[in-house]
Amino acid sequence: MSLIASSGSRSSGLATSPHDHDGRNTAWIMQQVLLAMLPGIVALTGFFGWGTLLNLMIACATAVACEAAMVALRKRPISFYLRDCSALVTAMLIAVTLPPLAPFWITVIATGVAIVIAKHLYGGLGYNPFNPAMVGYVVVLISFPVPVTAWPAPQPLLASGQELLGLWESLYTVFPFLTEAEGHIDAVTAATPLDAFKHNHSLMVDQFYQTTPVFTHGHWAGAGWEWVNLGFLAGGLYLLYRKVFTWHGPVAMLAALAVLAIVFYDSGSSVSKGPLTLHLLSGGTMLGAFFIVTDPVTSAVSNRGRLIYGALIGVLIFVIRSWGNYPDAVAFAVLLMNFAAPFIDYYTLPRTYGHDKPTRATRPPERE
Amino acid sequence: MSAPSPSANKPLSASSVPIPTQQLWPVPGGVHPPANKRQSLQEPICTPPLPELLIVPLQQHIGNPATPIVSVGDVVAKGQLIAAPDGALSVGVHAPTSGTISAQGDYPVLHPSGLSGPCILLSPDGTERWTERRAIADYARATPAELLAVIRGAGIAGLGGAGFPSAVKLGSPLPIDTLIINAVECEPYITADDILMRERAADIVVGIQILAHIIGQPAQIVVGIEDDKPEAYETLVAACANTTIRLVAFPAKYPSGGEKQLIQRLTGREVSSGKIPAEIGVLCHNVATVYSIARAIAHGEPQISRVTTVTGAACTQPRNYDVLLGTPIRHLLALSGFNADGGGKVIVGGPMMGFAQLNLDAPVIKTTNCLLAPSFAEMPPLPPAQACIRCGLCAQACPASLLPQQLFWYSQAGNHERLQAHNLFDCIECGACSYVCPSHIPLVQYYRASKGEIRTQEKERISSDLARQRFAQHQQRLARQQEQREVKRAARRSELAGATDSHSTTTATASAQPAEDLIQAAARRAAQKQASPAQQIAALERRLVAAQHLRDTAHEKWLAGTVDHLPTAQLDSLRATLEEAELRLQGARNKLNALSSDQNERLRGQDDNSNPTTDPRNDDAQESP
Repeated sequence: MSLIASSGSRSSGLATSPHDHDGRNTAWIMQQVLLAMLPGIVALTGFFGWGTLLNLMIACATAVACEAAMVALRKRPISFYLRDCSALVTAMLIAVTLPPLAPFWITVIATGVAIVIAKHLYGGLGYNPFNPAMVGYVVVLISFPVPVTAWPAPQPLLASGQELLGLWESLYTVFPFLTEAEGHIDAVTAATPLDAFKHNHSLMVDQFYQTTPVFTHGHWAGAGWEWVNLGFLAGGLYLLYRKVFTWHGPVAMLAALAVLAIVFYDSGSSVSKGPLTLHLLSGGTMLGAFFIVTDPVTSAVSNRGRLIYGALIGVLIFVIRSWGNYPDAVAFAVLLMNFAAPFIDYYTLPRTYGHDKPTRATRPPERE
Repeated sequence: MSAPSPSANKPLSASSVPIPTQQLWPVPGGVHPPANKRQSLQEPICTPPLPELLIVPLQQHIGNPATPIVSVGDVVAKGQLIAAPDGALSVGVHAPTSGTISAQGDYPVLHPSGLSGPCILLSPDGTERWTERRAIADYARATPAELLAVIRGAGIAGLGGAGFPSAVKLGSPLPIDTLIINAVECEPYITADDILMRERAADIVVGIQILAHIIGQPAQIVVGIEDDKPEAYETLVAACANTTIRLVAFPAKYPSGGEKQLIQRLTGREVSSGKIPAEIGVLCHNVATVYSIARAIAHGEPQISRVTTVTGAACTQPRNYDVLLGTPIRHLLALSGFNADGGGKVIVGGPMMGFAQLNLDAPVIKTTNCLLAPSFAEMPPLPPAQACIRCGLCAQACPASLLPQQLFWYSQAGNHERLQAHNLFDCIECGACSYVCPSHIPLVQYYRASKGEIRTQEKERISSDLARQRFAQHQQRLARQQEQREVKRAARRSELAGATDSHSTTTATASAQPAEDLIQAAARRAAQKQASPAQQIAALERRLVAAQHLRDTAHEKWLAGTVDHLPTAQLDSLRATLEEAELRLQGARNKLNALSSDQNERLRGQDDNSNPTTDPRNDDAQESP
């Protein structure tokens, strides 16, 4: 049986049932995801300047070029594959994950690795076991830790007289070869809330919040970052409303993270692992919950499976944040659970109509 | 239809268990395609003019095709049986109108693969002369067995889609506590049941009461209907007044009308995988089938017509027809102003589960509830399939709680074990998954193909297991024979050795005992030999009868083939079968003759010479040194 034969018979009028379709297509889903990322992108741009938009342009251009090249190498129709917009989603995810004003080659490498290696070398859309955006991000994070962890200071943190970099300054920062002027203005960098919190070893949480600028300028989880997270939360809720994905993955992840945060809050002592709001509204939590955990290709498939998959990602995020070497952990947690997704699938089949209990995917067939 | 007889209106059962009204149980999944039912409901049911020729297929149901009992040239009356059921799982076929049988043979039928099937062609004479109709005036006085016989005799098969013989379904010995009448009609576009309920509710109620009588007054009788048919609902509610029949309307969702889904919706019970509803005490019949049963019992009319919807934007006049079975679909489409330029696709059934039919000469059969002729814009061909991104929309839509994306994955890989572990065979092929698939993957097509592959493999496995078993038994038999022979030889050798020994070393008096033994052993062998030819003859006679039968069947088939003007290739193969059968028959006869003459000779020989060891055909004698 071949896909070609079946699709061929469709167009010749000898179609098999069903003959009707609800009209949604893969591109529609991807476009919904792109649309849902806008609030987060607006927040990022508002608090961190032009850098995110430059990231976006570089990542999208790289993604489209790599996708086209790979599809051409695989001798498939290029425009047909580009139209599904999946490369753009990967590009946008990488663009918002990387720090604004990161040198252009970081973005290019991350996107290239994501599209060429993580996506197409595994068989293209639908066949990649690992989330391409996360693979791309982790590759540059491990290879070039300094530029990839250097986040510019959010706008509220800037001292009076300082401003976010303008468009041209941002361009020169991202593309250093564009200007010959030595010693152009460097962006002011600042520790991210999670990073700052990780390096607190002596203060109580309340004291720390009152003395650290990134928290004094914010409400719950650090200046700027909380709004970025709320932006992605809003986008995620929109996608839920449009039924692009089910609630199971994100809710399980956020719930697991929240439970652990509450358990290890330790009344805000100096060994506290951080307040609930910090864990939920800082770093990549909301982006991860609604845009990474929900990646259908690399997650578990059943509702039950997605609950387990999401919850374990939440646990891993907390564990790595609290006891690991990295301040944030969404990418690592997701990649680790990508490994486990097929295994989870084996044991979380839903109960089929007419069966007493769920079966296992590994059950041998019954023979009479 | 006249008003139901007074007895039909009496309360059905005093022991009815009152169950909470309108309680509904959730059914997972489902989709909401646009209903598009309004178009074909603008006019009442229309009786089309007689076509010039009726093509009546012998298989309009699940089971064995009916066997023709008329010949070309016979004049038949309307409602006369023209093909009898073949076995229990089969229904008869009746002449849809009066006329002359003009031909018999294979003609195009409604089939997803455009195949032909055996049909009887009937040229109507236009008089609509009925055969004798035997109505049962008061079904309540008839026994269930009598009613079942009438239903069987009327050739009634389920009109909901599958065409399962109704009498078989009704005749199940399992106790039934819930009778469900399926008036859901959840497929878009189809309105045949809807309009039937609006116009012929009285007959439907009679039919329901007949069913209740046959299965011994179940505790509850529920008619399930979707809330998008308010007129039908109101009409039926009025007709059901003063009965214990309960109507339950629920929000429209495809595929609520699937038998399993409807049972789940109304009772919360699930039919176990691979089992039938009767095993959980539920009997489910389609509302149109119930109407047919009422006509058969109360009016003596066999199933010769049905209500069929003709709709779609390629028809200028979409509406419902009370159409004679065997009417070419071209005839109906023409009456509805079908314009082939609009797209040309004609779907038999609804848009979700129907199949495209290319040959429009094929006739309407018992299961044809809709002819859908959509315009190109209405149902454009789907774009080529994209990769599955496992978005899971299909799993959310699946009414059986399967994982269609995983089934697709394993279907592509041909991994049959995993497909079965994912319960592929619980898929009801409703098409909800393909309907929502954003990658336009023809999922149902993959599942059908995989089911077919697995069934074929299973059949092959069973037959190869049988062959292996046969071979093993054959080997065992050979080994046993060999062993017996060895034992005999050893015994004989020791006997001979003993005989020579005693002969050479001892006196004649001492040798008397072994010699006697020898004679006794020989006599035993002779007895064995005598028994075995008789058995052989019996076996040969049996073989002769079988060969005779084989030859007769082959001969009949060949004769029928020549009469029907079958293609030469088929005739040749029939001829070859016949010749082979004749050869086999001849062989069996020869063997039998040889053996019986042999036997006679031997008997004579025994009379002449009482010493069997002199028989030259004695194996042991030949083997002895």
